[in-house]
Formats: sequence, C-alpha cells, structure tokens
Amino acid sequence: MISGLHVLFARPLLLTLPIPNLQAMDRLHLSQHISRQFNNEIEDVRRQVLAMGGLVEEQIAAAMHVLIERDAGAGAQIREREQQVNAAELAIDEQCAFILARRQPAASDLRLVLAVMKMLGDLERIGDEAKRIARIGERLLDDEGGVDVTASLGDLGRCSRDMLRGALDAFARLDEHLALDVMKRDRKLDALYKELNATLVARMQQKPEQIPVELDRLWCARSFERIGDRCKNLCEFVLYLLRGKDVRHSGLAKAGESPA
Amino acid sequence: MHADVALRTESLCLWYGARQVLHEISLSIPALRITALVGPSGCGKSSLLRCLNRLNDEIADSRTTGRIRIGEIDAHAKDTLVHDLRRRVGIVFQRPNPFPLSIHDNVAYGLRLLGIRRRSELDDRVEAALKAVALWNEVVSRLDESALDLSIGQQQRLVVARAIAVEPDILMLDEPGSALDPVSTLRFEELLHELARRHTIVLVTHNMQQAARVSDFTAFLHQGRLVEFGATDALFTNPRERQTEDFITGRYG
Repeated sequence: MISGLHVLFARPLLLTLPIPNLQAMDRLHLSQHISRQFNNEIEDVRRQVLAMGGLVEEQIAAAMHVLIERDAGAGAQIREREQQVNAAELAIDEQCAFILARRQPAASDLRLVLAVMKMLGDLERIGDEAKRIARIGERLLDDEGGVDVTASLGDLGRCSRDMLRGALDAFARLDEHLALDVMKRDRKLDALYKELNATLVARMQQKPEQIPVELDRLWCARSFERIGDRCKNLCEFVLYLLRGKDVRHSGLAKAGESPA
Repeated sequence: MHADVALRTESLCLWYGARQVLHEISLSIPALRITALVGPSGCGKSSLLRCLNRLNDEIADSRTTGRIRIGEIDAHAKDTLVHDLRRRVGIVFQRPNPFPLSIHDNVAYGLRLLGIRRRSELDDRVEAALKAVALWNEVVSRLDESALDLSIGQQQRLVVARAIAVEPDILMLDEPGSALDPVSTLRFEELLHELARRHTIVLVTHNMQQAARVSDFTAFLHQGRLVEFGATDALFTNPRERQTEDFITGRYG
C-alpha cells in the first residue's frame, strides 16, 4: 500500500538522518583539547549516540507504519533495528568506560560521559516501546473500525517522534532552548493521551465486545506517552551537560530558569 | 559546611624586581582542610606559597603589598618574628631535602631550634612525628643512621615528620608527589588525610588528578591571578570560569 514510504525506510541511516557537523556546534569547546586523540574519542561518542538515536527514531516511524498505515512489513524492520540499537548501546557504554578509565575526564567532559551513559538507557527503552506498539499494531491489522482514533494515535505518534528528533537535535547542537522546548511539548503529548484515553473508554462502554481491541489501542497510546517522558529525560541530561545542574524532579518552571 | 579560616590573604601582590608575579590575591584557606593550588607553570602558585611563610624575604628584590593573616598574626608586619611565623607555617618541597644528619636529628632539628634540650622530650616528639607519617616502624632500629640512606618515599615522609615535629598550624607542600612512584604517591596522599586532622594543609600540585583526589578545596591561579576558588567537588564537575574549565580538562587556554 504505502510502498513508497516503505522504500524510504530501507534507505541507509545516514540519508534519513543527516548527522550535523558536530565541530561547528561545539558550544562546550569539546574539540579543543590539547590531545587530538581525546577530541576524536569525544566526537566519536557523540556521533555514535546520534546514530543510535537515528535508529530509534526509525523504530518509532516503523511502528507508526504498522499501526497507522497498516503496513505489516515494517514490523520486521523494527526487530532488525532493535539488534543494531542493542549493539550500539553496548558499544557506546564500553567506549564511555574506556574514557573514564583512561582520561579521567573533568567538568564538561565528565558531564558529557555521564549524560551519555544515562541517555543510552532511555534511548534503548524508547526502542522497546516502539517494538511494543508494532507488535500490537500487527494484531490490529484486520480491525476496520476507528478512523478517528487511528488519526488520534497518529497525532500521538508524530508528537512523540518529533520530541525524540528535537531531543537528539538539542544534544547535537548543545541547544538549551531547544531542550526546554521539547520538555514543554511533553505536556501537549500528555493532553493528547488523556483525550484519547477518554474516547477509548467511552467506546468500550458503548461496545463491550470491542474492549480487547480498544485496550490494545490504549496500550499503544500509553507507549507513545512514555516515549515522550523518556524524551524529556534525554533533554534533562542535555541540560545537565550544558549547565552542570541536575534538573530532574525539579519541575519545568525551575528547569527553565537560566543558571545564575 | 563552613570551616574556620586558618589563613587569609587580602589583595596580596608580589613583585620580583619590576616583574609582578601575584595580582590582588584574596583567598581564605579553611582550617583543618586540604586546599590545592593548581595552575600552569609560572602562574604564581609556588610564589604564593613562599609568601605565606615569608620565604620570599630571602630573595633580595622581592616586594609585597596587601596582607596575610594567619590566625591573629599579620605575617608581613614588622614586629612579626619570621622564625615564629615559620614554626606556625611549615613547608615541604618537591624533592625531599633531608639534612645530612641522622634520622633522629633531622626530626629533632626544629625542636632544638625551639630550645628543647631534654633528651626524653626530644625522643618522645621525634617518635610521635615519625609515627604520624607512618615511618616509625621502618626506621626505629636505625634512628642514628644517616637520613640520606632512606628511599625517596621514606625521605619525603621524613621531611614531613621534620616539618610537623614543631606542630605547625599550617603545612604547605610544594608538588610533594612528583618525585614519588605511583604507589608511594597514594600512600603519601593517604598520609595527607591523616595529617589534616591536626594541620591545615596547602598543597601545590601539577597533577590535576592528585588535586581532585586529595583536596577539599581547590584554588586555580593563572598568570598571577586567582581565577577561581571553591569546593573541589564543584570545581571539578562544574567550574564557574571558562579558564578553569580549559585548564582542568586539558583544553587550549
């Protein structure tokens, strides 16, 4: 059906996610170490995180293809990407351990390594949510009812995917404002989720025989909402990296305060 | 955590001849804590150390302005006795410099200068000082042998014992780890923690990891100016000044 888009998915990663010029976006002067080798190691870690993020973004897109466009073929792609994501997680984690052991980084270098090690977990779990959505999407392929709710699920999916794209951009560009902006978008995603939740509950009351199907949709909505939460975490780590201040559990208003 | 201040400099400036090497250094060193002075070569950290117990007096054309307060004493006041100041503010240099005397007489040297003559008291205080630097067990059977026969690591601990035998308030160390192998360095750093229970420690070091490992507070000097002073935990994770960041992370300044 949407074969054109399907081909788009199969394109190599570098074409779908242009990796920005990291040196030009070096607000923390990460490439100005006297040791050129250290610069390379730091830049390598950043590139790998962005590449891994690109894979995860593709997993979300593929999950939406299964769920929204009812494209059964995209499910296999998610599982293939999952293996790449897992391998990337291990490789980056190991690289971070080497940097800690060999370079004993301080200040922004240390914060970069710490932030990356925490971001890896969130990225990997976003991929897991995508896989869950795709699995449910495959169960729902034959269900005809619900153009409206499918559209709402599409809104949720796009919003969560855009948040991931924004979080990765904020990390690539070391952009404080973008990170805060993405964190704010989580509210919109929560509102969409609540709205869809109410719709699905109403439908269950009207047609109890549809409860299993509506519950499946609810799980998908829940997964998109969780992806948003994880993207918010990613942005918190970007803020930590930039400011040296941990903004977790401090609320958006406080996180938005510029550092003294 | 708010520690008492053991030593305070106020707008301290130092010249060697026409060359100004310290500019308006105002620094409060917390008592019974380890404070590290770090900075690139020539930043003035050793010169600052030398101001604190007036070792710069020995340099003919040196001149200082500003103030150094050690407890209630004004270090540069005319009526301050230099030998009294140096009893309160001891110093240990980069390369261990034992006197060509016996191990016992090295440690007893300062005590004799203070007028302590009684053999039993000298012996007690030599023993206490050597125990404080964890050297006693290694040398107890050869106290009358030459200190020059000790290993470098032992010599470094011996000169610390000599410095603390007169019970200074403040013990300053100028790059004490650089002549030691890694294991001796770690032992020596462990010793610093022990000594900080009774003495305020000021440590000049080239080794960022050493400053990060052992100090409670760190002062970063650059071109004779104090760029940043703060808790070591904060300075090494999130320094306030770009210059500090560049230096501790090995970037071009």
